Amino acid sequence: MPRADVVTVRALTRTFGDFVAVDDVTFSVAPGEVFGFLGPNGAGKTTTIKMLTGLLRPTAGTATVAGRDIAREPGAVKRQIGYMSQLFSLYADLAVDENIELFAGLYGVTGDRLAERRAWVLEMAGLTTQRHRITGELSLGWKQRLALGCAVLHEPPILFLDEPTSGVDPVSRRSFWDLIYQLAEGGTTVFVSTHYMEEAEYCHRLALMNRGRLIALDRPAHLKRLLDHPLLELKTDDAPRAVEALRGLPVVLEAAMFGRSVHVLASDRDGAFAAVPSALAAAGRTCEALRVVEPSLEDVFVALVRREGGARAG
Amino acid sequence: MNRTRLVAIARKEFLQIRRDARSLYLAFMLPLLLLMLFGYAISFDIRNIRLAVLDRSRTAASRELVESFESSGYFTVVGHLARAADVDRALADGHAKLVLVIPPSFAAHLGSGRAAEVQLLLDGSDANTATIAQNYADAIVSGYSTRVTLRGRSVALPVRAENRVWYNETLESRNMIVPGLVAVIMSIIAAMLTALTIAREWERGTMEQLAATPVHRLEVVIGKLLPYVGIGLFDVAVATGVALVIFHVPFRGDVLLLAGMTLLFLLGALGLGMFISAAMKSQILATQVAMIATFLPALLLSGFIFSIGTMPWVLKAVSRVVAARYYVSVTKGIFLKGVGLDVLAVDGLAMVLFAAVGLGLAIRVFRKEIA
Repeated sequence: MPRADVVTVRALTRTFGDFVAVDDVTFSVAPGEVFGFLGPNGAGKTTTIKMLTGLLRPTAGTATVAGRDIAREPGAVKRQIGYMSQLFSLYADLAVDENIELFAGLYGVTGDRLAERRAWVLEMAGLTTQRHRITGELSLGWKQRLALGCAVLHEPPILFLDEPTSGVDPVSRRSFWDLIYQLAEGGTTVFVSTHYMEEAEYCHRLALMNRGRLIALDRPAHLKRLLDHPLLELKTDDAPRAVEALRGLPVVLEAAMFGRSVHVLASDRDGAFAAVPSALAAAGRTCEALRVVEPSLEDVFVALVRREGGARAG
Repeated sequence: MNRTRLVAIARKEFLQIRRDARSLYLAFMLPLLLLMLFGYAISFDIRNIRLAVLDRSRTAASRELVESFESSGYFTVVGHLARAADVDRALADGHAKLVLVIPPSFAAHLGSGRAAEVQLLLDGSDANTATIAQNYADAIVSGYSTRVTLRGRSVALPVRAENRVWYNETLESRNMIVPGLVAVIMSIIAAMLTALTIAREWERGTMEQLAATPVHRLEVVIGKLLPYVGIGLFDVAVATGVALVIFHVPFRGDVLLLAGMTLLFLLGALGLGMFISAAMKSQILATQVAMIATFLPALLLSGFIFSIGTMPWVLKAVSRVVAARYYVSVTKGIFLKGVGLDVLAVDGLAMVLFAAVGLGLAIRVFRKEIA
């Protein structure tokens, strides 16, 4: 029998004046899940996380985290969670050790448990030899790992990470995700927001947000099947010009650069195979290869956001 | 309130102050700097006023009058003028602040029992000094006049005022200023120190991280205050030491009473600074507001320099809500008069109220962000 969901969200809404930041969002998260939140800037990811972590009161709707109501018992929620915000928010003027001791104190981790957890965090973040350095002097990748360590000092059952890897180089990002998996394997539920597609692929389940609304929620592999039109990959000698030439065609719903090739979303497969090469020839471009491909998460995301009226400006 | 969390916050704040040059300067250098600057610069005692004399009488009587100016200690004769035309120049070039003109008829009038007139010409461009110089000169002339009247007679004057000044026997204005100065400096430092502490956390995003932990706002406010209370008490102790050792200000009251009152005042002032900091959420804005909210009232409306009794009723009314006013009255009372809680009861009550309001505002301002 599956255990009860650790996060349940029912019709959660938050407005700031006339602006609806989060609009009637409903979902739930199972224990041990790595739950991803994907969406463009301004989609409402951070606002949702702030409500779930007790930092912001919802305007309407309810949510429980670890069985506690976020509006009625924010204090109880905060004891059950770890939180790492978008911006690096440890104390840059404190030493690594001092930051660990501060958050240990705030989460009531003391004595032998503190010694054990401190050793674990330093080891996990690879900072054992740097423990007396001032945090502000560390590279961003190290800072993020320390911030993660401070967020899980008290071994919370649920961890909220709001774009934890923004601005971090790909190698550090990869090793950060290794840590996330390590925590999830240990039974921690991880709730993570991102706008990196390859990170979204690492999540067990993914919620797509746009304009404050939840527009899709499924496993990454299933999300890719949501695209109900064939996707074609075109190899050509001049991708930008090819995109221009294809955009006017009736059979082409969307043509966009994808690396050095072009991805074409077509209303019908056979029509596209007939129309695309001739349109390219008319524009003086070559058609080196044209084939149907599996859509990537990015293709799905772009198509879904467009279907929902595009991303919010700014 | 949870002790572990409280200690964690207090320890973190202490470490941050220790590493921040600006906070260290505000906490330890600025109070001493202000104390030295104000202690030496502000003085209402005017001595050695430059006096020029145009003695057209040139008699024993006129020389005796000039002598009584010099021996008073308030005046220094910087020149004897030869002609009436020199008077203008002596005042114009600042050579003399005051010119005493003794007419040729001076001795003759005195001898014949008629009123002898002398003329005092004052440089009014520095009105404060001129007024004080005039008062001193009037007193010297009338003293001289009494001596002449009574010369050779053994009659006593019908009424004689025997003046004795209490609490500040030598009428040193420094004795009056320095105790009040300790109070003024504390109100500035306290608000300035804490003005930064919360705004900095908002600017750097660390406040959000704190808010996401189970910490209670009472723990944040009290934990942050603790190191500053320590600094404030240390500052007052040092300032008191400087007042006694360098400025030779008397200390007649109870040290513990001063410490207790200081603690109350600090809680209020630090709380107020923290409230400003949390409300502004910007270090620059908070510093400016803290300056306007504390420095100006403490300097102008606390009775530290300008007597509240002589203010227009509007300012008098405003001064009632300036906490520094009560603390100035406390420090002056304890330093100079050696009075106890019986006399300072009202001021003490004002301190308790101030501490409650300051802390209350600081705790209240977080209610949206921290449970």
